[in-house]
Amino acid sequence: MTGAMLAYEHWLASYRRLWRASIVSSILNPILYLAALGVGLGKLVNHGAHPLGVSYVTYVAPGMLVAAGMNIAAFESTWPVMGAIKWTRVYHAMLAAPLRVRDVMIGHQLYFASRVAASTGLYLVALAAFGTLHSPYAVLAWPVAVLAGVAFSAPLAAYAAWAPKDSYLAAVFRFAVVPLFLFSGTFFPVTRLPEGLRQLAYATPLWHGVDLARHLTLGTVTWGMALVHVAYLVAFAAAGLWLAERAYTRKLVR
Amino acid sequence: MPDGGALIHARGLTKRFGPLCAVDAIDFDVRKGEAFGFLGPNGAGKSSTMRMIGCVSPVTDGTLRVLGLDPLTDGPAIRGRLGVVPQMDTLDNELTVRENLVIYGRYFGLSRRELRARADDLLEFVQLEERANDPVEPLSGGMKRRLTIARSLVNDPELLLLDEPTTGLDPQARHVVWDRLFRLKQRGVTLVLTTHYMDEAEQLCDRLVIMHQGRIAEEGSPAELIQRLSTREVVELRFAGDTPPVEGVFDGRVARVEELPDRVLLYTDDGDALVPLAHERLGPQSVLVRRSTLEDVFLRLTGRTLVD
Ligand SMILES: Nc1ncnc2c1ncn2[C@@H]1O[C@H](COP(=O)(O)OP(=O)(O)OP(=O)(O)O)[C@@H](O)[C@H]1O
Ligand SMILES: [Mg+2]
Repeated sequence: MTGAMLAYEHWLASYRRLWRASIVSSILNPILYLAALGVGLGKLVNHGAHPLGVSYVTYVAPGMLVAAGMNIAAFESTWPVMGAIKWTRVYHAMLAAPLRVRDVMIGHQLYFASRVAASTGLYLVALAAFGTLHSPYAVLAWPVAVLAGVAFSAPLAAYAAWAPKDSYLAAVFRFAVVPLFLFSGTFFPVTRLPEGLRQLAYATPLWHGVDLARHLTLGTVTWGMALVHVAYLVAFAAAGLWLAERAYTRKLVR
Repeated sequence: MPDGGALIHARGLTKRFGPLCAVDAIDFDVRKGEAFGFLGPNGAGKSSTMRMIGCVSPVTDGTLRVLGLDPLTDGPAIRGRLGVVPQMDTLDNELTVRENLVIYGRYFGLSRRELRARADDLLEFVQLEERANDPVEPLSGGMKRRLTIARSLVNDPELLLLDEPTTGLDPQARHVVWDRLFRLKQRGVTLVLTTHYMDEAEQLCDRLVIMHQGRIAEEGSPAELIQRLSTREVVELRFAGDTPPVEGVFDGRVARVEELPDRVLLYTDDGDALVPLAHERLGPQSVLVRRSTLEDVFLRLTGRTLVD
């Protein structure tokens, strides 16, 4: 674990040069999205009765929180991972020193999780400011968003390490990340999806994260449900870490 | 330490990439305090060998001991005591010059405070102290190479592995690097390096092996190799147009004739004696008599010149 912490330190040090730009978007994004979806789109959706049972902004807010975490996790764990193998060769530098492949992999995942935690933390504050949190359990939506982030960053890092070229990375956004963002219960209930697609949505980690976060912010959570969601996300993350270590080893040790 | 005090001990060391045998059962020992070189053309297997010694590439077959330990089981422990200058730079362009040293030193578990002091010393050592707080990206190739060398010293290594430390540097930058490596050697650091440059090998190496197609073709000190495998002098003939036939012209008067695309080399112990004959029979544009070098040894062993 200490080796992983040293690798993590590297990523924190290089983040120091980027944080100003990223902090601005971390603060502005939630405000812009919540304003557009809540005040703008919400006016149309909420017209008359509340078909979702709550105002649209309240409905969409926890979805945005978890989806924002997914987006950051996905960006950070794709090009930067391929880059550290092929372009900047940062991983190779770590491995020439006493770090092991597992340290290198876990250290980077710790950094992804930190980035997700920082962004979703700010997001949660924005959610509170927009009056969308209806339960003290809402604060638990934060660790849920981080866990969902790792459920993406781990398998995606495995994919990025395995991918032969960077067009594979654009493809995973086009065919996985973006569709998930739109169809995994972030903006509307997956029950509206046609048969087949709905089952597919239930299988994605984003839906589990969004559904649990939503029940937490609305205060309608039950422990059984929470356990299932968390177990699913943990299993996804663990499988991803296992695959990532294998993919890293194949690319870096030869 | 076992293996007669060798810092590196290799027997039948082999590296295969699928069907390709990059390193083919080589034997060598590197002793404490010496400067040991791997000389060879592109694809000879130098980097593959260096990467196995550096414990970043698993040995396919044979025995390898580094600092008396087995890379397979003690990789991290060995790497903690090595300094490595890889063939391709792995500097972090997002960090400053100094941060590159400090962050890399952290991988060895050294404290930040210790590293800040050491970074200053190392930057002075490679003459980069004025660039300490600049980003790495815009540094010239030679500066980056010097920074990589500084970085490899951050953990005060017993054994320094340098894979083509001066390739791509201008002559002045090369001399700076040679000077620094020479000083390290004087301090008792064991150096293992690969190079394409004969003068580099002659200047720096106490002992070297010439690698060719994954095998060791010859081994010895630079002077020994020249004496054993070449003549004292070489006459270089250049021609304005096509090279005339040289066959038979110098029979019995030279040890060997080498015809290269741009010149003809005559191997002999008395070069001056051949000059009149060469002028008379071949009418060369220019004639140069010089001392034999490692390049000549190399040419004889591999049939290739080693110009980059
Ligand atoms: N990771 C790898 N996968 C497959 N083949 C490799 C790999 N690394 C090296 N090789 C092959 O092994 C052989 C030896 O390569 P190596 O890099 O050791 O040569 P070298 O002596 O360092 O050459 P150069 O002077 O060009 O650096 C080459 O044929 C090369 O293509
Ligand atoms: Mg090489």
